[in-house]
Amino acid sequence: MSELLKVENVSVCYGELEAVRDVSLSLAAGETLGLVGESGCGKSSLGRAILRLEKTSAGRVLFDGRDVCSFTGAALKQFRCEAQIVFQDPFGSLNPRLSVGAAIEEVLFVHGRGGGKVGRRNRVAELFSDVGLNPDWLRRYPHEFSGGQRQRIGLARALALDPKLLVADEPVSALDVSVQADMIRLLKKLQREHGLAYLFIGHDLAVVREMSDRIAVMYKGEMVEVGTADQVCDDPQHAYTQKLLSAVPDIDAALKTVE
Amino acid sequence: MNHTHTQPLLSVEGLEVHFGPTSDPVRAVDRVDFQIFPGEIVALVGESGSGKSVSALALARLVPEPAGRIVGGKIVFMGLESNCVAVQSSVLGLEAKKGAGSACLDVFGMKSSELRKLRGNRVAYIFQEPATSLNPVFTVGWQIGEAIRLHRKGVMVNAEVQKLLGQVGLPDPKRAAKAYPHELSGGMQQRVMIAMALACDPDLLIADEPTTALDVTVQKQILELLVDLRERRGLSILLITHNLGIVAEVADRIYVMNNGKIVESGETKTVLRTPQHDYTKKLLAAVPRLRKGKTTNSHE
Repeated sequence: MSELLKVENVSVCYGELEAVRDVSLSLAAGETLGLVGESGCGKSSLGRAILRLEKTSAGRVLFDGRDVCSFTGAALKQFRCEAQIVFQDPFGSLNPRLSVGAAIEEVLFVHGRGGGKVGRRNRVAELFSDVGLNPDWLRRYPHEFSGGQRQRIGLARALALDPKLLVADEPVSALDVSVQADMIRLLKKLQREHGLAYLFIGHDLAVVREMSDRIAVMYKGEMVEVGTADQVCDDPQHAYTQKLLSAVPDIDAALKTVE
Repeated sequence: MNHTHTQPLLSVEGLEVHFGPTSDPVRAVDRVDFQIFPGEIVALVGESGSGKSVSALALARLVPEPAGRIVGGKIVFMGLESNCVAVQSSVLGLEAKKGAGSACLDVFGMKSSELRKLRGNRVAYIFQEPATSLNPVFTVGWQIGEAIRLHRKGVMVNAEVQKLLGQVGLPDPKRAAKAYPHELSGGMQQRVMIAMALACDPDLLIADEPTTALDVTVQKQILELLVDLRERRGLSILLITHNLGIVAEVADRIYVMNNGKIVESGETKTVLRTPQHDYTKKLLAAVPRLRKGKTTNSHE
């Protein structure tokens, strides 16, 4: 597998506060790296720094071997196509006054994709069915959809430009368990079909394990452990990883224990 | 737990709540029966839209009117002094039963002053988003104190507030009382909500997705706090959630709701080990598992 993303000794500061400290990781094309930790541990800041949505104060982010901070003009626009993000709260990231079809079409328009108006409309309908939504609903507005459906819309928007990397920041945390399971299945299907690489950010190790090939654990801005999903979950080395694991409600263990 | 000889704290029979037009209503809660016994943690489980939150709101007549209507059912609430609060639907034209010898109140036909007493003293709620339930312009101490000033005349408010904040595990109660909501983390805010709920010493705490917005590590602490409050104060808890992992760890009994109906109920372990209804099985299969091997749902 070729290396798509390489993060080298990256730090992110907000004034005095060092939210991310000296973190390094790599991600291959088509791979899923899970990034776990509690709120405030710096996982979202790192995700945003990778996408150049946040300034790094030290270190480099290499995308396809090139430093993302060096991108300007057309190269930056190209990078914005190839690296996309899905947020936790899909409602907050959709314009309430645009129909969802128009919101996705706008992305294609800005980047000059999909040919003319008809071509764009067809592409939007195709994206909609790719994420399991009925293309007849394209004229509807965000508030007419359920949380799970909105998250699928956010995913369709992110996929519109055929990205190679998708940063998924807690994409299923706000969803019901059964909707969550559907969403995880969809993400896996899209990964197989499009060869997408995911940086999957979450705080629930059980969910992250379902999704990830490898898992990195962050605590107070630093990366404390990284390994294959099985290694990290079955044989955690760092005390914080162990604490995180013991906090996950374990239905099988709870049912096994004595009456 | 064997409840054959105990009286339920709360007994709900045939509860029906409708939304939308009377001609073609959405039956959000469709003839639901359930009981909660003293000191018990009962889980009401289902997906968004299954009717679990509306059922819980109906217990203290908090269903938003006129959009929603309680159209039928009976709620019997037992006080600690074994006085019965018989509640019957006035919409059905039923007379409130004033049982001889036992003081009875009627939730559906209650005056607003009586309802306030029920809401403050017997039943308390905590919700998913503590930040939106707290008033941003008052200190948390003032907000907890408000319930005490209104419902418990003659109590030293500040001392009581600090005692409550200590009980819910805030490290420095005196300082915490002076904090504004935005100065506290989500987990701390939820602890404040619990302190507020406990301010009037309720018999029943209704916790509607109390940990869904919280991190797993904080979720664990809040669940431990709820279990601890049950042990220490004999509090009954109705826990509303979609997460069966949480249910397995803390609930004594479980009711599974789907499309406004209770489709399965029983002891938590029995129901989760040997689920009978397809919907329960589906919910169980959707729970993400930490340990590999026992799961089957991860791939198509």
